[in-house]
Amino acid sequence: MPNPLNELLRQYLTVAIFAGLGLAMVGAMLGVGWLLRPDRPEPQKYINYESGVDPLGVMWSQSQIRYYVFALLFVLFDVEAVFIFPWATRLEAYGAFGLIEMAVFIFILALGLVYAWRKGVLRWV
Amino acid sequence: METTFDLPANIAFGVIAVAIIVAAIRVVTTRNIVHAALWLVVVLGGVGAIYILLQAEFVAVVQYLVYIGAIVVLFLFGIMLTRAPLGEMLDLTNRTMRVGAIITAVILVTIMVFSVVDSFRDEEVDFIAYSGDVAAAQTFADLSAEEQETVLDEVAAIGAEGTDLGPVGRTETVSDSIFRDYLIPFEVISALLLAALIGAIVIARRD
Repeated sequence: MPNPLNELLRQYLTVAIFAGLGLAMVGAMLGVGWLLRPDRPEPQKYINYESGVDPLGVMWSQSQIRYYVFALLFVLFDVEAVFIFPWATRLEAYGAFGLIEMAVFIFILALGLVYAWRKGVLRWV
Repeated sequence: METTFDLPANIAFGVIAVAIIVAAIRVVTTRNIVHAALWLVVVLGGVGAIYILLQAEFVAVVQYLVYIGAIVVLFLFGIMLTRAPLGEMLDLTNRTMRVGAIITAVILVTIMVFSVVDSFRDEEVDFIAYSGDVAAAQTFADLSAEEQETVLDEVAAIGAEGTDLGPVGRTETVSDSIFRDYLIPFEVISALLLAALIGAIVIARRD
């Protein structure tokens, strides 16, 4: 007797198989490369730019504060996407009214993007 | 009624649970704080997979989008922008950690045992009750064995056609609740998000 509640899980089995195959493919490619390539380690080869300028300082350093605004914008529109996702599954049932609902929502959030743009936050100086 | 033990789902749960535990241990034992944040991605991803096993598709999507997408990005930015020491930190893992681990474990087990005992008491959980319809589960339990078989066949037939399986945390149910019952609060959220965005830009630009 099939358990009817497991239809959803069976659909996600496809996702799991896809992810597994993806990982297996990456592993296989790296593995074949590891098997075939010659291995002659030299300190010169482990420098970031083998034939460029020698790196200075440590590789762990603080990043520019400027990136922060982009991260904030991303978080906001990420939350917006969370609301659009359930709406999209039922769009046909809501019809034109649903379209207007979401248009209002996106419009108000788009004002934030316009604000960021007008304030020059999006410009990369 | 014969209890349905779902072997594939249990195997999947075991694999995911082991992955979560290993990653969680790495989060607290790794000596690089950036690596800890990246191991956290594995933990949160595993939790999202468990939500899918529990048929809570929408919660899983929120988990992946907001927690893995947004929260971890904020963690990484928090680490990279502040004066937190980056790279290897040898004093991050020390002896007082064990005391903390024991206290945390005791509190966690207490809360879990309490919540499981408190919410289920001596109820028997059968799989129709999982759909959230307790009354239907009771009706089902009152049927004779033959009638139960017929009902299950019908449900299986509906399931095979891909139609409604009942409100099992389905995304459509969540959607109806947001866009029908809580429409005004939903639109207010956009104003709240807008305020948060503008506030963040004002604070971040003060340089």
